[in-house]
Amino acid sequence: MSVRMRIVGFCCNYCGYASADLAGLNHMEYSPDVMIIRLPCSGRVDVLHILRAFREGADAVFVAGCLEGNCNYEYGNIEAKKRVEYTKRILSEIGIGGERVEMFNVASNMAWKFKEIVDEMVSRVEKIGPSPLKKVTA
Amino acid sequence: MIIAEQKPLKEIIKNLEGHRKILVAGCRSCVAICLAGGEKEVGIIAESLRLYSDMHDHLWEVDEITVERQCEKEWVKEIKKIVEGKDAILSMACGVGAQVMQEIYPDIRVVPGLNTSNMGAPEEQGIWREKCAGCGDCVLHLTGGICPIARCSKSLLNGPCGGSQNGRCEVNPETTPCAWDQIYHSLKRLGKLELMEQIIPPKNWITSHSGGPRRIVKQEAILTAEEKAAKGGLE
Repeated sequence: MSVRMRIVGFCCNYCGYASADLAGLNHMEYSPDVMIIRLPCSGRVDVLHILRAFREGADAVFVAGCLEGNCNYEYGNIEAKKRVEYTKRILSEIGIGGERVEMFNVASNMAWKFKEIVDEMVSRVEKIGPSPLKKVTA
Repeated sequence: MIIAEQKPLKEIIKNLEGHRKILVAGCRSCVAICLAGGEKEVGIIAESLRLYSDMHDHLWEVDEITVERQCEKEWVKEIKKIVEGKDAILSMACGVGAQVMQEIYPDIRVVPGLNTSNMGAPEEQGIWREKCAGCGDCVLHLTGGICPIARCSKSLLNGPCGGSQNGRCEVNPETTPCAWDQIYHSLKRLGKLELMEQIIPPKNWITSHSGGPRRIVKQEAILTAEEKAAKGGLE
């Protein structure tokens, strides 16, 4: 990659973060431009957190929670999914684009899936370009 | 409670064009309960506006505050320090709150952030339904507690129209039950079916909005000049 990008990943402790950890243990390579934020539960992610991430310079944001039906906190991942959908609508209306934010579900042993998630977000940013909030300086 | 919903973000942004120092003012009462203008929604709207401003070099300065009730002057006056210096207030209260806000701060433009809809109650989380039309002459004692003015699509007073079928309203069978079907079952359950044989005369709409903006006076509650002085200017 020629240009550094910034991708923020909100990962729940039990599955999202655990799968990222396992990816590291297995020496799976993925972009170093991801900043992982570890949370007890993906349900803790608020619309405000995602919007703030974009204001602080994120090109894309993803939320990695437990598989549906298997949330360590029962339905925190369902809550997160709804908030991500709502945030997509807000970002579309603002003009940043709803495709820059996404919700994923992983299990703690799905290291390959975590790598896939990061690769997916990286390729999205490469395709649609950096966040429109970033000013191009000569 | 008053039921309202947020205006589309594009519309809010359009209404705020030309301003720079914006205060997003929420209300902790009815609109917080219908998830339209409480603290959380204020935070999200404010952050969305900041994002939009950053993207388009609008240089908006967006502050936020949530008032206990925007429909009462005392609560609105309490945020005077925060309001000073702003050139627009985005009111996330109902239409009443937005007007009181404008009344108290006449030199700052107040922009509504919500579309106020009706007087109703939550049916379940995320769904609200109108229950009262504020007609000013209540007949709930004759209809088993179900308002025919607000809950009948045609506001009929003496039984259902010919179009209602299977207990559903013909105007919108999927979402609206027939009010008179519900009234019948309610009166039957209460053992008061004879009330349905009582003919309700044509409604006097003067107590409703047809008489113009309404005013209610409770003489014994009005403060005398001495009482006002003793209460230190409280209105």
